Amino acid sequence: MASTQSTIRVVPTGHTKRAKSELMRQRLRAAGWFLVPMLMALAIVAGWPLLRTIYFSFTNASLTNLYGAEWVGFKNYLNWTVLKSGRVIWSGLLADPAWWNAVWNTVRFSVISVTLETILGTVVALVLNAEFKGRGLVRAAILIPWAIPTIVSARMWGWMLNDQFGIINDVLLMFGLIDHKIAWTASSDTAMIAVLIVDVWKTTPFMALLILAGLQMIPRDIYEAAALDGVHPVKTFWKVTLPLVRPALMVAVIFRLLDAMRIFDLIYVLTPNSSQTKTISVLARENLIDFDKFAYGSAQSTMLFLIIALMTILYIWLGKVRFDGGDR
Amino acid sequence: MLWSYTKTASFYLLVAIIVLVSVFPFYYAILTSFKSGTALFEINYLPTYFSLDNYIAVLTTGVFVRNLGNSILVASSVVVLALFLAVTAAFALARVSFRGRGLLLMTILAVSMFPQIAVLAGLFELVRAFGLFNTPFALIFSYTIFTLPFTVWVLTTFMRDLPVEIEEAAIVDGASPWVIITKVFMPLMWPALVTTGLLAFIAAWNEFLFALTFTSSNETRTVPVAIALLSGASQYEIPWGRIMAASVIVTVPLVALVLIFQRKIVQGLTAGGVKG
Repeated sequence: MASTQSTIRVVPTGHTKRAKSELMRQRLRAAGWFLVPMLMALAIVAGWPLLRTIYFSFTNASLTNLYGAEWVGFKNYLNWTVLKSGRVIWSGLLADPAWWNAVWNTVRFSVISVTLETILGTVVALVLNAEFKGRGLVRAAILIPWAIPTIVSARMWGWMLNDQFGIINDVLLMFGLIDHKIAWTASSDTAMIAVLIVDVWKTTPFMALLILAGLQMIPRDIYEAAALDGVHPVKTFWKVTLPLVRPALMVAVIFRLLDAMRIFDLIYVLTPNSSQTKTISVLARENLIDFDKFAYGSAQSTMLFLIIALMTILYIWLGKVRFDGGDR
Repeated sequence: MLWSYTKTASFYLLVAIIVLVSVFPFYYAILTSFKSGTALFEINYLPTYFSLDNYIAVLTTGVFVRNLGNSILVASSVVVLALFLAVTAAFALARVSFRGRGLLLMTILAVSMFPQIAVLAGLFELVRAFGLFNTPFALIFSYTIFTLPFTVWVLTTFMRDLPVEIEEAAIVDGASPWVIITKVFMPLMWPALVTTGLLAFIAAWNEFLFALTFTSSNETRTVPVAIALLSGASQYEIPWGRIMAASVIVTVPLVALVLIFQRKIVQGLTAGGVKG
């Protein structure tokens, strides 16, 4: 790790041993005191609430009755009752079609949006990595979608995608791409497309900037050598650029993927009440706050946490395996 | 010759498309915000109307100004709190080697990846128990979950890169770690502090889920929630003009800040990602 180079390592040698180890102890003690407030803060706002959420998911808590909650085991996750007739009725979120619909929406949204953002982000990064007049202007322009609050972009696009007065329908009609006006956000066929359009528009800049940072670390003479050898630029991209930029790309993809999995605000504002776009976060909040099924919502939140944790571990693990196997 | 000409032309066409797609929605929002009455329902690509009615309506009726004040208060407090806690922690993480440091850094990064919904139930309970529900303090308190890990992480990467010699000189002079942070590092860290502070400010300014859940009255809402819930006289009548005016009001300062601090922001964003 590069981090160890710049830290002061006090090596106890010879007659200065006592004085130096005293210095080291002082530094360690100070470090401890510096870390305590930060760790306390994180424990209170992150650790404790997470534990409480998990606890609530095993109870029958409701908004009005948080403290009188009783332990019900896995009932919120999966439960069955056998009727007199011998029929088994399953309940709990694992038997809830609304839950699986939300899981499917979340996965579909995350995979499609991150894939599109990676491809478009790479294109934008390659453009910005080239030298041309007005590059600074383009970089400034792509920062605008990133700077606009998600809620504002949801509202802006909601207006542009409006079925009657929206400019998107107008443009598409003008070019003859559609023959009638589409209710993008209201129709169940296009709601997910609308959400994807806005998300890709909003987050591609972030992706592009991360990839661009990776591209700029590649020494220029590699390209010159490839050009001298007469290698076709497309081949250079696949054989030189992509392998070298992969570490940065992997980090960007995992950041975006984790972010996409927990999406809430865009969907809540752009396509409220559409079952085609309801993701786990939206569903869980609905149960927690709006439907007063606090414990059930907690179980859904806990599941999302587990899914994301599992994905992260898997990604880091798989990524590492590949890195070690490669020539890095 | 012709081939290289088409190549240049298509490259600039691509550049033009990128710029157009990035800028157009915001441009169109500004355009809409200046329309009033029936002009709203005419589709124009170029500015044709100029009326400040929507802005006047947003700023004088309702509590939007109050919402703006709430957002400014919450976002600035969160930034100050996060930076204060993060600077000393980043010193410990970047400059002192101790056992478990790598693990600690990974844990902090993991917290910033937390899905917010996973802590919503627990935080809701805490906010109510502390009597913070429906106050700005609920948001200042809860926003720490995403601003603190992020600031610690970015400041740690910045601090690692400072040359070791200046610190050694201070140690030889008998400076304590606290003096080293305040007198030696802080003056060098200003650019980094501005960058991380700005990024944390933007994150807090834009936050929606906690703001929606932990506040319940019009007066205590922050702007994203206010804009999301802005509605007209009836359910079917969405006041697009006023929504766009409000959107422009909250976005213009952000866009201006981002464009002014462009270089720094890109550095800060990528420091979190690539170097880590």
